[in-house]
Amino acid sequence: MKAKHQRLVLVIIALLAIVGAGLLAAWGLRNQANYFYLPEQMASDPPAAGQAVRLGGMVQKGSIRTEADGVTVNFMVTGNTADAIPVRYSGILPDLFVEGSGVVAEGSLGADGVFVATNLLAKHDENYVPKELEGMGTEQAAKMAADTTVGLK
Amino acid sequence: MTAEIGLAALWLAAALAVLQMVSGAFALKAAPGEVNALAMHARPAAVVQAFLAVLAFAMLLYAFATTDLSLKLVASNSHSMKPLIYKLTGTWGNHEGSMLLWVGVLALSGGLLAGFEKRLPERTMGATLAVQGFVALGFYAFLLLASNPFERLPVPAPEGSGLNPLLQDIGLAIHPPTLYAGYVGLSVAFSLAMGALLTREVNPAFARVLRPWVLGAWVLLTLGITAGSYWAYYELGWGGWWFWDPVENASLMPWLAATALMHSVSVLAARDALRTWTIMLGVLAFSMSMLGTFLVRSGVLTSVHAFAVDPERGAFILGLLGLYIGGAFTIFALRAGAVAEGKRFAAVSREGALVFNNVMLSAILAIVLLGTLYPLLTEAFDVRVSVGPPYFNPASAIFAIPMLLVMAVGPLLRWRSDKPARLQFELALIAALVIGVIALVSFFGQFPLLPLLGLGLAAALAVAALLPLRGRSLKRVPVATWGMVIAHFGIAVALFGMACEGAFSKERLAAVVPGGTEQIGDFAVTLEGVTPVAGPNWTAIEARLAVRQNGGAPVILTPQARNFWSPPQSTSESALLTKWNGQLYAVIGQQAEDGRWQIRVWWKPFVTFIWYGGILVALGGLLSIAGRVSVDVRRRKATAQGDQRRADLDALGAAAPVPAE
Repeated sequence: MKAKHQRLVLVIIALLAIVGAGLLAAWGLRNQANYFYLPEQMASDPPAAGQAVRLGGMVQKGSIRTEADGVTVNFMVTGNTADAIPVRYSGILPDLFVEGSGVVAEGSLGADGVFVATNLLAKHDENYVPKELEGMGTEQAAKMAADTTVGLK
Repeated sequence: MTAEIGLAALWLAAALAVLQMVSGAFALKAAPGEVNALAMHARPAAVVQAFLAVLAFAMLLYAFATTDLSLKLVASNSHSMKPLIYKLTGTWGNHEGSMLLWVGVLALSGGLLAGFEKRLPERTMGATLAVQGFVALGFYAFLLLASNPFERLPVPAPEGSGLNPLLQDIGLAIHPPTLYAGYVGLSVAFSLAMGALLTREVNPAFARVLRPWVLGAWVLLTLGITAGSYWAYYELGWGGWWFWDPVENASLMPWLAATALMHSVSVLAARDALRTWTIMLGVLAFSMSMLGTFLVRSGVLTSVHAFAVDPERGAFILGLLGLYIGGAFTIFALRAGAVAEGKRFAAVSREGALVFNNVMLSAILAIVLLGTLYPLLTEAFDVRVSVGPPYFNPASAIFAIPMLLVMAVGPLLRWRSDKPARLQFELALIAALVIGVIALVSFFGQFPLLPLLGLGLAAALAVAALLPLRGRSLKRVPVATWGMVIAHFGIAVALFGMACEGAFSKERLAAVVPGGTEQIGDFAVTLEGVTPVAGPNWTAIEARLAVRQNGGAPVILTPQARNFWSPPQSTSESALLTKWNGQLYAVIGQQAEDGRWQIRVWWKPFVTFIWYGGILVALGGLLSIAGRVSVDVRRRKATAQGDQRRADLDALGAAAPVPAE
């Protein structure tokens, strides 16, 4: 290497790498960010099958069905309108996951229109609590849930 | 009374920070080599300030230990029924207490620097202490004006409202103080970097002063992240060890910057190259600490770590962040040109490899930073997103893989300039290991790409880490070199654990009747029964699981689903069976209507290696500090002896000895 402008060369290499990282991040974030859907949004403008998204709403009354294996649950999630999204989840349910409670399901929409959840986030009060609220006290969580779930009663 | 003493100590400490700042700044007015009369107060101010800040923290600790319910902070975060250890750790399990700990450690490290560091020129030291005082002052102001930990209640509360049960864990005793000490250690690195930049003293002597602080902070950050990861693993009951949670990222980013800084400081100390780059990383590392504190403490992120959602505090920390970081980068931009270029080196050299790794670390830092801030940015436009492993894993791997490959070769290269041909054997060995292991593992089954690459890299790196010892007498290898070897080996161990966890984990989820058995891998798990149990401040249902490996003697595991009553909350206590080659991880769920219990069991081969690796890395850092310090002590002793002998000779009036040609 020509020794004359070594510092300049180093700066350029570092800048290139950082800009490269930035571009990669921008591209990755546009493709991999996990969007939040309300049931009515998912009904009118569904995400691509298999794309990781989050679905938030209320567990419809009388919709929880446990399958014969004892660990797979099916239920419907509703929002402000009559739209209801069927959800399937295999795993340990959050404490006091009950009908009429709020829930955020992480997962993806299957080709058959059933939302397959890999993770359910709920808490033991009538407000559902997204991941960010895990571990907060009830009162704080209720306040935050009200702030973060605009347009949902 | 204790609370008033604590508060008074804090105000006095803040006043001393002003004195330290002003007095330190006068050192800059002195001509090089001279001492300004007003600059002599900076060191004592820093030392006394350290004493006062620690005293304030001790007072709060005492209030928590005795559950002084007339203090607002104690009443809202503690409970007289809590075990003593969690009363104590609860001191920093809340916003105000944790900020007081932050400030206490900041003042303590400032005091240590002022009290014991005599190698730097007085001007540089004065500037450094001024910057340190300035940083401390901002945080005193934050504590005293926006989050006073010693606030009294008009009427003492009858009982405290308890501590978040997730935080009632021994992990909390270790994790935050180590991370904070690491963050704050980087503040000393920042002050030293600014001091050196202001007085144009960026040279190897400065790097040798900076190095132990960077190494120390880095060791503490490594331990803090390792402990935090293990805590999340067993306490959250989700079976994962890293979630790319914003709060985890907030601790990872300073670590990445500190790792880069540590290597660049070594180049500056050994070879007098990378001067401005080192200063830049010093500023960056502390910026990331501040950003981490801001993200975690301001409430912009809501998580188990965000104790107080208070926009005023968020704005205050953001203001401090802007002031320090903006100021530092302004000074950097103005002064960087005045720092003469260091020694040059060829692209293929140890410096070259270190620069490459520095750049890769910075790129990973950029990836993590953007991924962490992106949800905050989109929220401003009312779009809610969360960013998780599908983004972070591949994006960071793109830079981590070349970095790990160069890391395998780097320590084998010579300083200044080297020929790749000299390392033919080593390069072939590393390449063969990467390719061989990947081929061998893929032969046995289909595995995800990243864990597969991780396995190959881990094997190559483990061998490559030991190669610098080849052909040397092990007894004569310097302690600091041992540190490097062990730290690099630790990275390989941790990588192996991560890759095995990713590639070979087995999971079984089932509803089981009492007496029923489930098979996972070599293990037969029998649910013997479910019983209610009670602790000091919780009740739980507890499953008795008998685990038999290949039909051997049973081991009993007791996972619990706990319900705390103050504050009311439930947590899942996982039960772990640790073998040398992995862990069995069991969680109990709810009871189905037909009386069966949900049981979730994972077999995670070699998952423990992740944290063993972390501990090895930290141990390597410790050895490196020990090695450097002992060399420095020996050098000082030799210099002192030489001076003594010369003085003796002068006293005898003998002729000065002629150096042998």
